[in-house]
Amino acid sequence: MNNLESLKYFLPEIVLVGGAVFVVLFDLIAGRRKLIPYITLWVLVVSFYVSANMLAQGVDSSLFEGTVRLNGFTLFFKLLFCVAAGLTVLFSISKQKEHQGIEYYALLLISTLGLFILSSANDLLMIYLGLETVSICSYLLVASLKGTLKSSEAGLKYVIYGAMASGIMIFGMALFYGLYGTLSLPDLANAVTNTPKFGPGILTLSAALFMVFVGFGYKIAAVPVHMWCPDVYEGAPTEITAFLSVAPKAAGFAILIRFFFNLIPAVPELNIPNSAQFQNYWQTIMAVISVLTMTVGNLAALHQTNLKRLLAYSSIAHAGYILMGLVVLTQGGMQAMVLYLPIYLFMNMGAFFVVYIIERLTGQVDISEYEGLGWRMPFLGVLMAIFLFSLVGLPPLAGFIGKLYLFAAVIDAHWYKLAILGVLNGVVSLYYYARIVKAMWLNVPETAAPGAPRSALNAFDVILLLIFVIPVFVLGVWFTPLIQIINKALGLH
Amino acid sequence: MLTLLIFLPMLAVPVILFLPAKAHKTIRWTTVFFTAIQLALTIYLLTIYNTKTADFQFVEKYSWIPAFNVEYYLGVDGLGILMVLLTPLICFVGIFASWGISKGVKGYFILYMILNTGMMGVFCALDFFLFYVFWEVTLLPMYFLIGIWGGPRKEYAAIKFFLYTLFGSVLMLLVMLALYFSVTPHTFSIPELIKVSSTFKGTSWFLAFIGLYIAFAIKVPAFPFHTWLPDAHTEAPTAISVILAGILLKMGVYGIIRISLPILPDAAHSFALIMALIGVINIVYGALCTMAQKDLKRMIAYSSISHMGFCLLGISVVCWLGVSADSAIPALTGAVLQMFNHGCIAGMLFLIAGVIYDRAHHRDINGFGGLASRMPLYAGMTTFAFFASMGLPGLSGFISEILVFMGGFNVFTTITIISVSGVVLTAGYFLWAMQRMFLGPLNEKYKDLPDINGREMFTLVPLGLIVLFLGVYPMPAINLISESIKNLVTLVK
Repeated sequence: MNNLESLKYFLPEIVLVGGAVFVVLFDLIAGRRKLIPYITLWVLVVSFYVSANMLAQGVDSSLFEGTVRLNGFTLFFKLLFCVAAGLTVLFSISKQKEHQGIEYYALLLISTLGLFILSSANDLLMIYLGLETVSICSYLLVASLKGTLKSSEAGLKYVIYGAMASGIMIFGMALFYGLYGTLSLPDLANAVTNTPKFGPGILTLSAALFMVFVGFGYKIAAVPVHMWCPDVYEGAPTEITAFLSVAPKAAGFAILIRFFFNLIPAVPELNIPNSAQFQNYWQTIMAVISVLTMTVGNLAALHQTNLKRLLAYSSIAHAGYILMGLVVLTQGGMQAMVLYLPIYLFMNMGAFFVVYIIERLTGQVDISEYEGLGWRMPFLGVLMAIFLFSLVGLPPLAGFIGKLYLFAAVIDAHWYKLAILGVLNGVVSLYYYARIVKAMWLNVPETAAPGAPRSALNAFDVILLLIFVIPVFVLGVWFTPLIQIINKALGLH
Repeated sequence: MLTLLIFLPMLAVPVILFLPAKAHKTIRWTTVFFTAIQLALTIYLLTIYNTKTADFQFVEKYSWIPAFNVEYYLGVDGLGILMVLLTPLICFVGIFASWGISKGVKGYFILYMILNTGMMGVFCALDFFLFYVFWEVTLLPMYFLIGIWGGPRKEYAAIKFFLYTLFGSVLMLLVMLALYFSVTPHTFSIPELIKVSSTFKGTSWFLAFIGLYIAFAIKVPAFPFHTWLPDAHTEAPTAISVILAGILLKMGVYGIIRISLPILPDAAHSFALIMALIGVINIVYGALCTMAQKDLKRMIAYSSISHMGFCLLGISVVCWLGVSADSAIPALTGAVLQMFNHGCIAGMLFLIAGVIYDRAHHRDINGFGGLASRMPLYAGMTTFAFFASMGLPGLSGFISEILVFMGGFNVFTTITIISVSGVVLTAGYFLWAMQRMFLGPLNEKYKDLPDINGREMFTLVPLGLIVLFLGVYPMPAINLISESIKNLVTLVK
């Protein structure tokens, strides 16, 4: 499809761009700052609606001369990003003091736009464009706590690591271009499969693949490019941390799935020499990365006392679990990865929202602030426990279903060792999640004034918490509709 | 019908939730009310249960998660119905033993009812997935019940219990998925898996059996996975110890009999001798450890380990390749009866430990002395329970132990003879404990202890009557299970 025709299918993105511009202009002209979060929310709702409509109609086409792919898969991710961004805005509304400027909301919208582009990119250049849009906005959002040294430091660290990862990725992309003379993903996949003359090039191809993986792996905080994650998550404003922990991560997985499921010869009918061997070799590397990611994340989380850092390491571990789906390169694996992301969105953002409320009330994010919390604010304590146990993956909560699908895919593909290492990691993770629960419920402080700051939770908090917790419950026992949507989006049956 | 039985306790949860936190009495009576109905229903179920068939009865089957072919599939046979009877019985008694709970009464009873639902579900589920979900549902309430309402080292005990059990469960999850994917069409239905049990042969299924065995052995608890139990028991509040010993441990044995043996008979044959050895280690080593204990509750906890060894020994006889029905049937009958009998007896023992702890605020056996003159009724009840646990003829413990020995003698002669010595050791530690607590000079500190009161008697007497009745006339229980036992024995062959 040519550029002009494509525009009508680009409506969700146009809404976002328009919204971002409008937010800035509205601030300049009308100056009614209080309305801006709500406007942002509406922009996201409209974008969500348009995307959902397209998903329902089953739109499947290539836009902008094939650089952007629009199908169920990308639309599903767009919906996910809208939800994540929308919830982040809701977070921010509940913040009483207004130290964030309007550019914050505009940046959030642009960042969402970047996520849209990243998840739908079908061309290496487009991938880079999307990735950088997300990254630059994220750098700014992380550093948006003005006058806070930690926030600035986190922003700077993010920029430096990010630039480095981008550099390596673009080098990998250049190698691809050099090897096959094309930037388009489908053409690349074709070229990889149909170029049997490639003997010595396997090494170059592997290097290129690995370099590109560094760029994507950076977004999902996979080992060994995870070091930025705890520092950035700790320094960023908590609502941004929550956003970063789900949305760019989901986009990273979207592009990983699109890139590697296209490129790595996953199906036996592909006819490059030693294709099976090459595939196996790549899968082993991915398995090692997956196991390392979850293990490093879990082990490092064990000793954290700062809850934002703890959740940062836990999110690294979760990236490791999700990567298991990429190892097996089966449809089941892809389905499991895609299913895990919305579930993770609700449980992880829910946990962050609790952290955020406590931070708002006490200014602290340390685990010691949570001592006896369950007895002081039972509602918050129960909900936090639910989020954390869902993160562990205990039934009947949604996190269990996410893990179940992943392990099912891994076992179905006979990667038993990987499955065993995965579940053992789950047991390790229980320990640090349970530490928080323990602090909340088991450590009853001597000076427990029962029901002291109960009033601190306003109605808005309660509603938002329910928005997070209800899916965690419902998806744990009744996830068939979600699976159906995902199957439809992935074109599976 | 079974659905009602399972979820009846959950109906109490919203009721309790809306009661004022201070209305301790109303909350307690609400749980009594719901559990009493549940108990009445199970007794009714018992009267309409057809003992002439080994088929599953009261079957309910609905599709739950079509994407995974998971069914909401319930049903009981002789083995199940015995456990279904035991669960509300022990839970009912447990409520009266929880009368003294004054901290967080609402939370306590809500968790108590959730626990009840989980255990009931485990004994009714015929779909492995459903079984697993219910199995895990018992975990969280237990963690909190021990961790919040327990003794001085409650946090350590609770997390140890949690980690051990979760480790077992994840192994179970893996084996469950492996079973699921190895049959076509994929299914979690236990009867369906039993039908194709002949396909599960070879080393990998032996490993699967071990995985499953570890999962269940942790719950039993079998040596060397037993170390969580003394801690959990010692720290848990009385009623929770009663439930742990009375029902939760039975879930492990139940799982082995319901799932491991009939689905993986081939591996079970290879594992029989090891299981018998573990059984005898449990019996003898457990008894020796019991003897060394100074804390009454810890002593009873170790004696539980010892007595659960009989179940393992009985099961191992059935697994032995080429065992005749003459040996297998009594052995398995003994093992199953032991589950029920030990449930009642251990329940009594922990109630007794609770009674003395409520009065003296410690459980150091050596710290008492001559109590028989001050608390004659209590001394009498204790003697009765101790004798029952010793396996004195005329009390139900004797029946199950003698059946196991009868079955085991021809198959594992040496092992059986060694395990009979466990009975002698049991008599030794119980008599010694009685001597230290009740005989000899009165410890002046405790001269004013009130004797056992009516409420406490009310918890002990029903269990005592069952123990006495089944000890004199075990036929009703044996008739109830005999058809299912025969069926199981043929399945394992």
